[in-house]
This record gives sequence, structure tokens and C-alpha cells, in this order.
Amino acid sequence: MILTKEQQAILDGEKGETLSKVMKTLVMYGDAFGAEKMVPVTSKYNHLVTSFGLKMMTPVFDLMQQLIDAGAISKQEFSVDPRPLDKNVPANVLQNFVFNKFMYATQESYEKQLKELGLMNDDAFTCTCYLDEVGNKPKKGEVLSWAESSAVVYANSVLGARCNRNSGIMDIMGSIVGYVPYFGLLTDEGRKATWIVKIETEKKPEAQLLGSAIGMKVMEAVPYVYGLDKWIGNELNDDACTYLKDFGAATASNGAVGLYHIDGLTPEAVEVGDSLIAEGAEVYVIDDAELERVKASYPVMWKNADAKPKLCFMGCPHMTLKQLKDWTDKIEAGLAASGNKKVLIPTVFTASPAVLKEFNNTGYAVRLKATGVITSYICPLMYMNNPLCKKMPVITSSNKLRTYTTARYYTDDEILHALTVGGTK
Amino acid sequence: MKEFKGRVVTPGNVTAEAVVTHGGFNTLASLQGALQFGDKTATCKDQNNPDLFGKPTAGKALCLPMTIGSTTGGLVLYCAAAMKRQPACMLFSEHIDSLAAAGAILADVWLDDVSMPVVDCLGDEFLDYVKDGMTITVKDDGVVVVE
Repeated sequence: MILTKEQQAILDGEKGETLSKVMKTLVMYGDAFGAEKMVPVTSKYNHLVTSFGLKMMTPVFDLMQQLIDAGAISKQEFSVDPRPLDKNVPANVLQNFVFNKFMYATQESYEKQLKELGLMNDDAFTCTCYLDEVGNKPKKGEVLSWAESSAVVYANSVLGARCNRNSGIMDIMGSIVGYVPYFGLLTDEGRKATWIVKIETEKKPEAQLLGSAIGMKVMEAVPYVYGLDKWIGNELNDDACTYLKDFGAATASNGAVGLYHIDGLTPEAVEVGDSLIAEGAEVYVIDDAELERVKASYPVMWKNADAKPKLCFMGCPHMTLKQLKDWTDKIEAGLAASGNKKVLIPTVFTASPAVLKEFNNTGYAVRLKATGVITSYICPLMYMNNPLCKKMPVITSSNKLRTYTTARYYTDDEILHALTVGGTK
Repeated sequence: MKEFKGRVVTPGNVTAEAVVTHGGFNTLASLQGALQFGDKTATCKDQNNPDLFGKPTAGKALCLPMTIGSTTGGLVLYCAAAMKRQPACMLFSEHIDSLAAAGAILADVWLDDVSMPVVDCLGDEFLDYVKDGMTITVKDDGVVVVE
């Protein structure tokens, strides 16, 4: 890799041993992918994936402390993934004991480190940092050093920013020196689609199911999707962006997609269209039967497949303000139709602290609370990592949560039915 | 005995017993339980990986196509190395992925007393040939001897 004088000086230790090691890490990382140069990180803010004071991550906290002690602090402030704990979320005595004494015992000290390293503010804990309420929304063409997979795929695809699917810790390394190796999704060539996906469904495909199907098929490749604008339009409005948030998270977790193009909708596809498609791209046709096949292929991880759900999580990735409002309306209507007063399964809707603040300023918050639904800023994945929670029959419409935990996937309509009528259709 | 030549990601010499997965190695799902609850053998806890589920990975020559799963994968691998529960080496049939590369490089740069040679691009034939229990010798020029 060819380094500038400034980059070489950092590598040679002119700014201290710790910064030299940070640069060495990035150079080796770039070398592994054939990067020929480093490019500046140009976004205003960074975003970190490691938000949790998980005891097993003590080596990470030690490394963070090395950075702090050496003054190797990022020039960028950052947001970070959601907090793992919230006392509002139902948990029994034993589960709480495991959360507080074994799993997240170092949460407080880790949050202190995050503040020293440049956390944007006390509420900057969410996987949806790019929402307007949170304020970490990169512009088109900006180069990022992020790692959270659902945020990376959104930033690349919907916002047109440029970021590789980095690992945790790599995210802060790039931000500290202000450079990232130039390879993969940072390059024009790396952003070309090697898969063509044709949507030929008779009804609007469920975002999280469609994303899952595409992710499992293309894995880490870039797909160019035809036929989705028919269902979600040609404008990146609230509804389309919300759809793409959930769709993208599923492509990134069920596969390893870091960028997708939607014909007639996402910025690069609108600009240059199918010239984004690489020669020899493979084709995947998705109809309703294919989506049903994919859904039926998910393994049921519950001990008793017929168990009555004990908890429902919605909001992985965190919900938008509009999703919270829409779900309030849907649940109210569902309960009114069924004659039930409260949701039939303990239910948690998760959203960023900033979105929840906005939501709580609307009349919807009181109405949602009246249905029995709890709102929280928690990360459902972190909750489900508790071995005692893994044994619980939990339902969700998040295909990311399904992939990483024992939670069982249902479509939005099925979840609504389970919450308001009972049972799953 | 058969010899394969790959590309060195992090250098080193080591001899260890093979454990093999033909599907992607989900680092978080495989190692989180072991790291969290004091299992020094780093037994694979990923129920979706029939090749490795229930098998120890610490000190073994982990033979795999790539790693998959959460982008915390690299830091989980780094933690395993810091806790001395990492594989003896990681041998990829394909080009290394960004998450495994991060974990291996972080361990190489930031941990003084840890060695985990990583070689990639060994090819499909490598993964077809190697079986659990075989003895693997990795040399620092990327040569991998399987016997």
C-alpha cells in the first residue's frame, strides 16, 4: 500500500506507539484486501457497534483504555449501538441476576470509556443512528468507518455513503487516524452488482422476508433489485426508507450484504441505472412461492414448537417514529375488532431514545401504553443473549433477531393477529 | 500427506489437530457462550453449524471457508485470543472475510504474547481433503501440510 507522508509518519511512530499500532492495524487490514491506498474518513460522525459492557469483552475494554491513556481519541464524535439493559423490559429475578452480575456487569464503566472516547451524547445509543431524530445521517459520497451491519447497508444503499462491512473495533481505529483502507464498497468497482434480483410477487413483499431471501442467496455480493419500486414507489419518503431499513437489515444478517441498489429508487440506481450491473451477473427471481419457501425453511429453535409465546419483540433494527405510530393504530384497531383490551402477549417495541422522546410528545404514546405495549431503547439481541432468555418462546417480525437468537419469525400481520386475537394465522 | 499453499494474512509456525467446517464459521454464535462462561476449550455453541457444534476449537487448526454473522465477529475473535482460547491457526479455503481479518490482525498487532497464524486462499481442494483429527502444520510462508 502506498501511504502519504502523514500516514507513513504515523505508522513510523512519530505520533506515538499507540497511534502507530492503530495505523499498522489499518494497513494490514487494507493489505488483506489488496488496498493500494488509504482515504480520509469524511463523515461528520462515526458510529460504533460495541455498546455493551459484556464481561467477556474485558480485552476490548483494556484496548479502549490503552487508546484513552495514549490520547488516541477520535476527532469524530460517535453514536453507538443500543444499550443492552432496560428495567422496563420484562425479566424475572434469575434473568436479572444473570444480566446484572454475569453479563453486563461492566456496562457503567464501559459507558464512561465511551464518553471519554467521544460519544455524541447520553442518548446516542441506537442501531438507527441515521434517523433524523438521532442526527448521525451521512451524506451521499461520504466515507465512513462504521461496523454495525444494518447501519452500514442503509448508509451505503439508501444514503449513498461509502463504507465497508467492518468489524467492531476496526470502526474506531479508522476514526482515530481519520483514514480507512480503500477497497471493496469504497470503490466504484466494488459497488457494482453481481446479482440481478427480479421481484415478481403478486403482493407487496414483507420487507424482512424479502431481505432474508436475497441475503441468503447473494451472501456478500451486491444485488440490483428490479420490481420493488412497484410496491414501495420511486421516492425515498418515510415509508420507503422504513421499508428499506428493515429489508437491508435482513439482507445484512441473513447474508452479508453491505450494499444493494433498488431500480428507480436508491440514489446510485436513479443516477446511473443498470450500468451498475457487472458483466455476467447472476439472476434470482422472487415470487410469492419463493418467499413462502424461504419462510418455511427457518428452523424452529424453541424446545416446544407449540409453546405459547411469552414475549414479543418488535424493533430490530430500532423502529422509526412512523412505525411506532402506525403500529399504535394497528394494535388499537385489532383489539377493537377482537374485543380484547390489552395485547395478549407481553410486547416490547424498541426504538432509539431520541425517537422515543419524540413519540412520547405525541398523543400516540398514551394510546400505545393503554394497549399494554411497552416501549424501550434496549437491544433485543442483547436481551436474548442471556442463556435464560434463550429458553423462552419469543416471537418477532425481525429476521435479524431470528437469525442471531432463538426468537421465532412471523410476518407483521401474523404478529398483529397473535397480539390482538391470539394464536398465529 | 498433502501440501497446500495459501496467502499469509498473519504469519507464524504451528502444528495442531484439525477441526473442519464446510459452512461459514459464525464467530459470535460459536464462541460467545464459551467466552462468557469460562469454557477454556472454546467449544462451538453454534447450533446451526452441524460440523462444529459441540466440538472444542481452542488450540485446534480451524479449517473453514469463511466466517459469517455479526460484525462483532472480529472483536469476539480478538477476545478469544486475549483469553488464550483462540484456535491454534485459522485456515481459509476462500479469500478471508473482513470480520475474520479484523480479529486476526487485531490479535497480531495488539496482543504481545499471542500467535494465531492465518492463511487464506487455500482452495476448495484443501477443504475437501482435510478431515477432523488430521495433523496440520502451518509454515510462515503460507505452506500448509495436512497428514
